[in-house]
Amino acid sequence: MNGLAFFLFLVIVALTLVITYYASKRTKTTSDFYTADSSLTGWQNGLAIAGDYMSAASFLGIAGMIALAGFDGFFYSIGFLVAYLVVLYIVAEPLRNLGKYTMADMIAARFDDKKVRGVAALNTIAISTFYMIAQLVGAGGLIKLLLGLDYIYSVLIVGILMTVYVVFGGMTATSWVQIIKAVLLMVGTFIISIIVFAKFDFSIAKMFHEMKTATPLGDAFLNPGNKFKNPLDTISLNLALVLGTAGLPHILIRFFTVKDAPTARKSVVYATWVIGIFYVLTIFLGFGAAAFVGHDNIVAADPAGNMAAPLLAEALGGDFLFAFVAAVAFATILAVVAGLVLSAASAFAHDFYSHILRRGQATEKEQMLAARWASVGVSVLSILLALFAQKMNVAFLVSLAFAVAASANLPTIVFTIFWRRFNTTGAITGMLVGLISALLLVFFSPNVWSPQPGAAIFVGEPLFKLANPGIISIPLGFIGAIIGTLVSSKKADEKKYTEIVVKANTGIGRV
Amino acid sequence: MAVKKQSFAEQAVVDYEAIAQSASFRGLIREKKAFIIPATFFFFAFYLILPILTSYSKVLNAPAIGPVSWAWLFAFAQFAMTWALCILYSKRAAKFDDIVEQVKQEAKEGGNA
Repeated sequence: MNGLAFFLFLVIVALTLVITYYASKRTKTTSDFYTADSSLTGWQNGLAIAGDYMSAASFLGIAGMIALAGFDGFFYSIGFLVAYLVVLYIVAEPLRNLGKYTMADMIAARFDDKKVRGVAALNTIAISTFYMIAQLVGAGGLIKLLLGLDYIYSVLIVGILMTVYVVFGGMTATSWVQIIKAVLLMVGTFIISIIVFAKFDFSIAKMFHEMKTATPLGDAFLNPGNKFKNPLDTISLNLALVLGTAGLPHILIRFFTVKDAPTARKSVVYATWVIGIFYVLTIFLGFGAAAFVGHDNIVAADPAGNMAAPLLAEALGGDFLFAFVAAVAFATILAVVAGLVLSAASAFAHDFYSHILRRGQATEKEQMLAARWASVGVSVLSILLALFAQKMNVAFLVSLAFAVAASANLPTIVFTIFWRRFNTTGAITGMLVGLISALLLVFFSPNVWSPQPGAAIFVGEPLFKLANPGIISIPLGFIGAIIGTLVSSKKADEKKYTEIVVKANTGIGRV
Repeated sequence: MAVKKQSFAEQAVVDYEAIAQSASFRGLIREKKAFIIPATFFFFAFYLILPILTSYSKVLNAPAIGPVSWAWLFAFAQFAMTWALCILYSKRAAKFDDIVEQVKQEAKEGGNA
């Protein structure tokens, strides 16, 4: 065990618990709990979005993928960033104007139907859970590598901490954990990138030139096609990346933490700058790891390449930088899982309990209690699942979350704001078709089935050849919503749509 | 801010139909559509051309500037595009906000009459 790394872990834990203590004193109402009373500024929320988004998959995963596969790893960086244009242009402002605590609020603002709210909440819980298990499994593996703790203890530590943040500090604590993590991550990434760039004499040309001989791939390292060989699979993945973000519940709930639509827009713009700069720097992380750690050492530490960034820090800056980057990676996981717990818990407590079960009649105190218990429940469930999922491929769970988000949530969000004829049946069929088709296609995909024992969960020939279902399931989600609308005898409420258009575009009458 | 929020919430009936029909609101929607629809088509196409070109051809593997190939330049262009479209939208949105203020003002006057 690395003593310095352990010390920095403790500092981060202490810091986040202090924040949680102060946040808990301010968390008295459901509005405090779910949205920090919508009191965040554009900058704060922008950083929190960035903190929520730059998950371990981004920081550790992309750096490793670029180090091992060159250009192909960079596809993730591009897709994750361009996705923010979809968020900025289509989703952020109407969502802020129509919703209160959850994504389901927005759809329920147009369709006054418990079923719609229920299905939307179901999607939120499904997506958050896949994403959370992925993060927890990653966290377990990472802490095991960094501190030498057993997988079970690692998952328990992260799980208990995330529960404490959310249950006691609600959205205020969660947001500040995300903000601090975003700043730490940017600082760490920046330092490593500068050192890497200095080693190449601050010359892009020299860096690219030397990379041609630095890896076993040779010249091919700099060209696309090392990792993604099937054209349809590449396009399918890119579609899910660019459209998934706008349907991710833990990102969507971040737009309720600001006071109005212009501030929501500003926070997306700030987030886009921070995230964009970070993803540009992933090139230095990846190239640096390939050149100064070496392919064999990266694979020896972790076959998927997830240790590339911490190993690079160690190679460049010794124990201190390694300890710092390891602690940042830990903070990264804490911040992201806290956001996920909050999004799943709000879907349970706000949508299922308060609106469906209690028909909006629960008192403020009962709602608060429900929200806190839901957070405990979600945490316990995801910790248990993560303990069983230890051997699962993390990338598969994350790709599943993105594909479900793009296929199940996005069509309904878009049609709710833009399509006059869209009706309740369409909303329900759209969400269910997207959810089920994405799940089924992944279940029959090479992620789950492989003829090679040990390469996937089951041994056998996959029925569906693509690793990512996006290219089929996203259109199916849209088609499901359209067909559901057209076959339904129920006519769309035109007056309601007019009201929604006015509200979404101006914020008039917002609760 | 809080006061303003309250006044709309307390206003029992908002005539959404009238607002939707007003010239200022229709102008807002027209301005927004004129920007968002073409911009969305553009960035979506620009984004998808990269994976399509890299998976069905090798043209982007040719060197562009020294050892840096066209694929990397195209990839960096995606970043530049995202930031540029962000700035552009922020500028346009300031104008949208002004129109929204106007719509709100008219709604308030009309609603109380």
